[in-house]
Amino acid sequence: MTFTGWLTIFGFAVILTALAMPLGSYMAAVYSGERTFMDPVLRVPERFLYRLIRVDPSQPAPQDWKAYARSVILFSLAGWLLLYFILRTQTLWNFTGLNPEGFHSAPWNVTFNTTSSFVTNTNWQYYGGETTMSYFSQMAGLTVQNFVSAATGIVVAVALIRGIIGRSGKSLGNFWQDLVRTVLYILLPLSIIIALVLVSQGVLQTFGGYLTAHGITGLTQTIARAPVASQEAIKELGTNGGGIFNTNSAHPFENSTGFTNLVEMLAVLIIPAALVFMYGKMVGSRRQGYAIYSTMMIMFLGAAVVAYIAEAHGSPAQHAAGLHTGVIPGSTGGNMEGKDQRFGIAGSALFDVITTVTSCGAVNSAIESFTGIGGAVPMANLSASEVIFGGVGTGLYSILLYVLLAVFIGGLMVGRTPEYLGKKIEAREIKLVALGILITPLAALFATALAVASSAGRQSISAAAAGGPQGFSETIYAYLSQANNNGSAFAGYTGFIQPAAGNIGSHGITFANLLGGFTMLFARFAPILFALAVGGALAGKRISPPGLGTMRTDNPTFVVLLIGVIVLVGALTFFPALLLGPIVQGLTGHLY
Amino acid sequence: MALKKDTITAALAILLLTLLCGILYPLVITGISQVAFPGNANGQQVQVGGRLVGSKLIGQNFADPVVKNGKVVLDKNGNPVTVPDPRYFQTRPSATVPSDNAAATTFSNLGPNSVATKQELTTNIAAYIHLNGRYYPGGLTAAKVPVDAADTSASGIDPDISVANARIQAHRIAAVRHLPLTTVNRLIDTYTGGRGLGFIGEPTVNVLELNLALNRISGGHR
Repeated sequence: MTFTGWLTIFGFAVILTALAMPLGSYMAAVYSGERTFMDPVLRVPERFLYRLIRVDPSQPAPQDWKAYARSVILFSLAGWLLLYFILRTQTLWNFTGLNPEGFHSAPWNVTFNTTSSFVTNTNWQYYGGETTMSYFSQMAGLTVQNFVSAATGIVVAVALIRGIIGRSGKSLGNFWQDLVRTVLYILLPLSIIIALVLVSQGVLQTFGGYLTAHGITGLTQTIARAPVASQEAIKELGTNGGGIFNTNSAHPFENSTGFTNLVEMLAVLIIPAALVFMYGKMVGSRRQGYAIYSTMMIMFLGAAVVAYIAEAHGSPAQHAAGLHTGVIPGSTGGNMEGKDQRFGIAGSALFDVITTVTSCGAVNSAIESFTGIGGAVPMANLSASEVIFGGVGTGLYSILLYVLLAVFIGGLMVGRTPEYLGKKIEAREIKLVALGILITPLAALFATALAVASSAGRQSISAAAAGGPQGFSETIYAYLSQANNNGSAFAGYTGFIQPAAGNIGSHGITFANLLGGFTMLFARFAPILFALAVGGALAGKRISPPGLGTMRTDNPTFVVLLIGVIVLVGALTFFPALLLGPIVQGLTGHLY
Repeated sequence: MALKKDTITAALAILLLTLLCGILYPLVITGISQVAFPGNANGQQVQVGGRLVGSKLIGQNFADPVVKNGKVVLDKNGNPVTVPDPRYFQTRPSATVPSDNAAATTFSNLGPNSVATKQELTTNIAAYIHLNGRYYPGGLTAAKVPVDAADTSASGIDPDISVANARIQAHRIAAVRHLPLTTVNRLIDTYTGGRGLGFIGEPTVNVLELNLALNRISGGHR
């Protein structure tokens, strides 16, 4: 461990907070329909878009939770169908000139998984980008879902907030208006800025095709290229995580320097962090936002510290091979297996904590090669159901469900009717909350059990990991990741056998593709429905003024209670399973 | 009725957003990038005498093909079998096939407690000691090998090595190229990149730039 390593982690937290606060205020204005400084530029295209999609631009119709949910589902379904079509007809679009390598489509089962993955904001990838996808598929297919699946997550959170603050009636807003405003006012401007910053620092942006270089020792090297920066920006901002290249943000064309690494880490967390400040502003009490932000930040820093210490310590395999993993002049030591030099131990550990507390899933290092404890940290983050910042929107609506649960438990402990922001939490709400919270772990554990118990499931485990705790870790990670719509992986786990580029002779592993695809879809849309239903149930409730006995939800006591609830639910659900994989490896020096 | 209207809106919305976010946005970013940052946008290509020798960002395998009976020896995948060229700094071990394959990148995905990982590390350490040991004062042992020289990189095409790794290889380069060690070390200093904003990331030595600079001061390939 080094001083600069620690500075990376804590400096990052400070920069993030400083940037997220103003963005949160701006976003609150966007969703409250207030004037923003972007209005002069965007008001006209916004109204034009409404007209084109047949929404009344002057007064979009208010939707109750069921109507809102219907629009979410219909829009996601339309997106699913279009993406599946584009990916399966990859060669049909060769006339655009955007398939320089002439790649064929991936098989149907892989495409089913990929489509479900991008529509659910997961970006789990059973394919290698630079050997499978044309530029056209990357842009018109995957990038589009990077925008709209992120927007969908955000607007569901906004709808839930409207339910919490609603003073009368049932309206949660209008989905189409929220969708258009999210894309135009938030995602596109931020993406343009981040993409250009990334290019200025070395990230690629070209349609120029692959290069052949003749090295100075006489070996030739084919260099895959793509329009990277435009997709990279929204991949991080929308907590999507699907890399253009197989090695994702470890690839130097996606993540060129230590500085681009910082930019990408900030891009991943900025919207989830800003949403919390936005929440405080929208409910009329910034302290409510600060309480949730503190909860998230404490758990996030805890995860980052543990991961950094574990990775700096090195792995049993390194020690068995006789390597010295301490700091020496000119090298930080540590577990550098599956890590690139420019990011180092701290920059890799921090990135992978960020990508797993959110639902991003982009990686700049190989999580499978992390030490036992270092690898248990991402799994623990996933086990917390993406509430430590979480995905864009999904993180906020998920933690709000936990907040309601904490309020309920707190209310039981002091013997009063639980109330949150003046609204009584009653049987219907708490039932919906419990279902919303438990659905993701249920999907993850059920799918894992199926996959390890069946020979069809076990064929996805990599040869080097078979038979040991690593094989179990690969499997549980795969389904934790897909159920939480994360998309990072113990990447030895595979669903696509591709002997050569261009999909010649390739085939998918149908079991893994289908189980994963259905897990993603179920664990994305079921919680959305529960969150919207909670919003709908709260929307019509009267707000009673706080009294002497009202439990406060904006002080350190509540933060402790909330952390306790999150840890308890996650630990009770997943601890037995995690014991079998990463924790065994963390506790032993034995090699399998 | 509401369902039908909503369905039409959904279809129109996804088509329009595809045009906006999937076509227009990448084209605009490409246009601006190609004008404002053409070098970066096209991959920081390095040319020598008008010939593309690689990208500054992409690691390569500085190795020579093994020739037997006048023919290049191929492995079972049809790729040339190579040995590291001692005249050049070597990049980190790579999990791609062949090494440093920039058209199909991959992680090693080897676990922390895996026998396969230990075997791979032992092989890499032995290769590093075989290449550098006899030039390094006092010889090399596994404990003296920097971790980045034994562990495979993430991208498989890591363009950089650690300063510690470069300093050890400098002894070999100096001996093979008949250069003073101080000259080689000065070159390393020149091509060592610092941390972003002073604390982000780790110092890196860019191997391609360093090797090209070596060729400029002491001749090119045999």
